[in-house]
Amino acid sequence: MPKIVILWTDAAVWLMFAALLAYGWSVWRTPEKRQRWGRVFRDGGALASTIVLLLALGVTLLDSVHYRPLLPPAPGAAPGPAAYDTRTRSLLDAVLADLVDGRESTYSKPLAYLGFTKESVVVNGEVQRVAPRLQFGGAHLADPATQWLPDLVRRASLGLAAGAGVAAAAVLLLLAALARARGASLAVTWGAVRRRETPVPWHVAVVTLAVIGLVAGPATALSGPYHLLGTDLTGNDVLYQCLKSIRTAFVIGSLATLATLPLAVGLGLAAGYFRGWVDEAIQYLYTVLSSVPNVLLIAALVLMVQVFLDQHPELFETGAERADLKLFMLCIVLGLTGWATLARLLRAETLKLRELEYVQAATAFGIGHGRILARHVFPNVAHLMLIVTVLEFSSLVLYEAVLSYVGVGVDPSMNSFGGMINLARVEMSRDPMVWWSFASAFGFMVTLVLAANLFADGVRDAFDPRSRLFRARRRPVVQTRKA
Amino acid sequence: MLRFILRRIGYGALVLLGVNLLTFVLFFTVNTPDDMARLNLGGKRVSAEAIEKWKAERGYDKPLYLNTAEAGTRQLTETIFWERSVSLFMLDFGRADSESAGDIGAEVVQRMAVSLQLALPLFVLQLIASTAFALLLVMFRGTALDFWGVVACVLMLSISGLFYIIVGQVLFSRVLMLAPISGYAPGLDAVKFLMLPILLSLVARLGGEARLYRAMFLEEASKDYVRTARAKGLAEQVVLVRHVLRNALIPIITSAGSYLPYVFLGSLVFESFFGLPGLGAYVIEAIGKQDFAVVRTMVFVGSLLYIATYALIDIAYTWVDPRVRLA
Repeated sequence: MPKIVILWTDAAVWLMFAALLAYGWSVWRTPEKRQRWGRVFRDGGALASTIVLLLALGVTLLDSVHYRPLLPPAPGAAPGPAAYDTRTRSLLDAVLADLVDGRESTYSKPLAYLGFTKESVVVNGEVQRVAPRLQFGGAHLADPATQWLPDLVRRASLGLAAGAGVAAAAVLLLLAALARARGASLAVTWGAVRRRETPVPWHVAVVTLAVIGLVAGPATALSGPYHLLGTDLTGNDVLYQCLKSIRTAFVIGSLATLATLPLAVGLGLAAGYFRGWVDEAIQYLYTVLSSVPNVLLIAALVLMVQVFLDQHPELFETGAERADLKLFMLCIVLGLTGWATLARLLRAETLKLRELEYVQAATAFGIGHGRILARHVFPNVAHLMLIVTVLEFSSLVLYEAVLSYVGVGVDPSMNSFGGMINLARVEMSRDPMVWWSFASAFGFMVTLVLAANLFADGVRDAFDPRSRLFRARRRPVVQTRKA
Repeated sequence: MLRFILRRIGYGALVLLGVNLLTFVLFFTVNTPDDMARLNLGGKRVSAEAIEKWKAERGYDKPLYLNTAEAGTRQLTETIFWERSVSLFMLDFGRADSESAGDIGAEVVQRMAVSLQLALPLFVLQLIASTAFALLLVMFRGTALDFWGVVACVLMLSISGLFYIIVGQVLFSRVLMLAPISGYAPGLDAVKFLMLPILLSLVARLGGEARLYRAMFLEEASKDYVRTARAKGLAEQVVLVRHVLRNALIPIITSAGSYLPYVFLGSLVFESFFGLPGLGAYVIEAIGKQDFAVVRTMVFVGSLLYIATYALIDIAYTWVDPRVRLA
């Protein structure tokens, strides 16, 4: 049995996932909330990005189950306590075992079978500079010069077919679910989706699934025997790094925003509701906090965390646990420094709400402050919290890259987009240029952030009707009213 | 009016006191001078004398908040907190923690000049470019140009600023050889070195700002007086430029004003990528060297600038928009 390791962020990720499921359940059960969220998905961009974000969430969850494999007992050793590997692995590592183990010695181009840097080799008594064969990439080819391209084409087309098959199955499942919900036959449902007659633009979902299938299929087929996106300086697969970085980005984006909520909600509501000196004190607090340039405050706090970790080596057993604790602390730091905006918004809204009749009625009935805040005020400002939370996600993912560059981001041993970009800076100035790490990090990061932004726009439009006024549309909206 | 200004400045000073306390707690209580000494001298095997000497050289050899060895007010004044706070408020920043670095004050003044050269033109150009682009989108409201313009904005704001820098450096400096990759020269030669960072920074922030300003324009354009202007038969351009633009400029300047502190502080990332010896690069170096004295000073200077900026914006508000209550 491997030893299951529960890292701090693992626990946080799974708790968040459970909370998400619970929220989803409550949305499903409450018609009002269900209608709101239905409106989110009426937006094609939001629907498509939800699918992308769910995929990223899947990767994150897989990468959040950590364990240390049991080492086989040394030959001839007396049976003692079980020894575990010092490296902590995750389920994702197990799934991607090919990528983890197929480590080259240094850079190689995407899909290459030869190394990127030439080495001196003695051929027929003469020293020649040749690019060596890769240890793993394309190692199955006997005569790469002639077999390489056909092999690529064959694998890619097989992968394409498989990807198309999986996508078709997913679409079929979706259609079946839709058909059941609409009480119509599969063919009728398909017709409605194709003619874009469904209120939720399911055709966008179909296209998104198809695109994902057609990209992921060949990618999976090629990433086994080759390095699809090449390898980096130490020979690690770039695709693997990108997939691992998704978790870091996701954890920072979600955990750091969640960490702002207790302070922002507590203090924002208190300031708006109690007014007077409480309000003054809280306003003073967040003015002080937002007066300090954000990066500097975070840098200062992270330096402190670093000193703290250096002084308490007993808190972690392995390097991975240390890196993880640092990531967790970084999220807390981001939460402690980032609550001012939301608190300000909530304060303003609460100031308005507390004057409304139903709150005054509740006061007149002698209901306590805590209960009024929880039952009557909070539910009416919750949409602000939701909008700000989803909007923050993408900016935090971008922020991580900057922080890592400044040197106060995640641990260098942890895969992150910031770390990849940081290395890319040197790689891009090499001659010939090493561009693939940079390009891959770019592709993954833009996809993730763009999806988060589109999703946030959808949520904002659904929960804040005013913002829909500013929506750009492809065609001018003609107001029609059905008779 | 005078009372308002005085009160605003008073509040600013109060906030600055809070910032000072916050940074002090962060930098001296969370990790003590002993820790800093050990970190700076390197390693765990540092003799107690070396630590004492290091602390004495930097004036860290006193109690933090309360000196019980002294009597009367000297209990409060003969402490690190008092001395550091007073010297910060007198803008006397002392020396850096690390051995090689010298006086912080001189360094800050010298570097601020460089940061200003980068950030001041950037600030003005940014305001013009983003406003112009947003206004263009609003003029073509409801057309394909508006739609794809907003799509471009969303795409642009989804790309990390670091990507713009790296791609820009490769494209303009290595491939096209139009500008030096990094470095700095004083005087007129600086233009050569500042061109590229300014351009890239402009592009990196355009997406987000143009989208924000567009929403502000549309908000303004949905007001009654705009409808009245249209009803009077004014041309669309006149309505937009003379009525909407002028009024929307108030929220736009407030939002752009939040960047003003960075005009002085410089952009952390851009300065260090382009090797410009400004304040931003100074901070990054200090973080790398774990020089807490420099980081602490920069936190103070940054907050001072921020507070001053916001006081100025508030005062400017009452002047631009007389309806703002002097509360």
